[in-house]
Amino acid sequence: MHSGLGATMTDFAGWMMPLRYGSETAEHKAVRNAAGLFDLSHMGELIIEGGGAAAALDYALLADASAIKPGRARYTMICAPDGGVIDDLIVYRLTETSYLVVANAANTAVVAAELADRVSGRGATMTDRTDSYALIAIQGPRSAAILAGLTSADLDAVRYYASYDATVAGAQALLARTGYTGEDGFEIFVSPDEAVPVWAALTEAGSADGLVPAGLAARDSLRLEAGMPLYGNELSRDMTPFEAGLGRVVKLDKPGDFVGRAALAERAAAGPTRDLVGLVGHTRRVPRHGYTVLWDGEACGTVTSGAPSPTLGKPIAMAYLTPAAAAAARSDSGEDGGRLYVDIRGSAEPAGMVPLPFYKRPARD
Amino acid sequence: MSVPEELYYTAEHEWVAISDATARVGITDYAQRALGDVVYVTAPAQGTRVTAGDPCGEVESTKSVSDIYCPADGEVTEVNPEIDEDPGLVNSDPYGAGWIFKIKLDASDQVPPGLLSAAEYTALTADEE
Repeated sequence: MHSGLGATMTDFAGWMMPLRYGSETAEHKAVRNAAGLFDLSHMGELIIEGGGAAAALDYALLADASAIKPGRARYTMICAPDGGVIDDLIVYRLTETSYLVVANAANTAVVAAELADRVSGRGATMTDRTDSYALIAIQGPRSAAILAGLTSADLDAVRYYASYDATVAGAQALLARTGYTGEDGFEIFVSPDEAVPVWAALTEAGSADGLVPAGLAARDSLRLEAGMPLYGNELSRDMTPFEAGLGRVVKLDKPGDFVGRAALAERAAAGPTRDLVGLVGHTRRVPRHGYTVLWDGEACGTVTSGAPSPTLGKPIAMAYLTPAAAAAARSDSGEDGGRLYVDIRGSAEPAGMVPLPFYKRPARD
Repeated sequence: MSVPEELYYTAEHEWVAISDATARVGITDYAQRALGDVVYVTAPAQGTRVTAGDPCGEVESTKSVSDIYCPADGEVTEVNPEIDEDPGLVNSDPYGAGWIFKIKLDASDQVPPGLLSAAEYTALTADEE
């Protein structure tokens, strides 16, 4: 059993993080049906401020930072000059002259160094404030109802990808309607010494609504069902956003130069070298990260993430395929006589290609 | 973590219950906790000859896959018929309803060599934590 035991490692990018509290499948379903509470304090918080902050971030990131209104947020990326993805980020415009950039834990140091370098001389400074913020996420259809009783914010007015200064359980917080689960939900930035009481207050307020604490294992299966990329799996330095189907984050029409512009403009014109696709396994064996995808018996790509989907009840995966194989597989049902397979530890298991995401939340009433 | 006194263990986290020259095999409470929710178990087919120390099946969980190592030489006589339909039994009752397969032991008059006692297994898992 040795290899599998490694999966319990809760040392995540140097942070001791909860992988699961009880059953990760139960946690996953609670987020889909009620609500889950996540400790995301490992995420990096970087503050960029100064009179030139907007223009400096226009240069440093793919987003049109100047066009973000204070109180709003964008999903974006930071790329190398060759267009390779250094990290995917959420950038919040806090005021006219200050932004909060939230980076993945494992990438925070390199993103901080890149940002410090890229904004210097442009009228802005970068400060790594990761240790000044705890981040708690409440995700799931009951989130707003649970949070409403604990916050000063009018949650109906907090739109998706908007942020507000508010109190949560008496603590000063930055409250954002963002998440990584495919459900409605909020991310709550508070001072680390307020995190425990805020967590406790949310747990108590949500218990009647079915809120449970949820770990990184559930977070990963939730984001996979929602078709959201994970840095290190779907995103890396070796590819541009176009391969991941995220060309929309590349704002080639914004004025001025930005790091990676020339390479990304070229890739936009030429088309991606690989296509990120969704796969559904037709047996119970699960395609995992790194497994080879086969088309007509020939290797045509690699699985980036895979898991048994609690919502669909079968294995799902994201994979990079050659554009030719992706086009061919799109019209292949895989059910019988299918030609798409995943090599699962030496055995070719049939799979079918499906559009991403695997799961979309029902429209709100 | 539960480590029943009357069972034998492997360093790869299988448990073995021996009676009447037959070994019933499953994975330990420690293993099921480490793996997380089990979604699929592949056991050796009935009638298969198995050799101690060889991988003879797989336990697939939400996050990973692990080999099952055969704890003794013998022949597989039975596979838990419940486990295909409800692999979660491995989590909910690892030493009971979550057993995986049975082996008729070649050496019927002795405990297979190399197995660990409950105390030895407890010490081993304490080291891993």
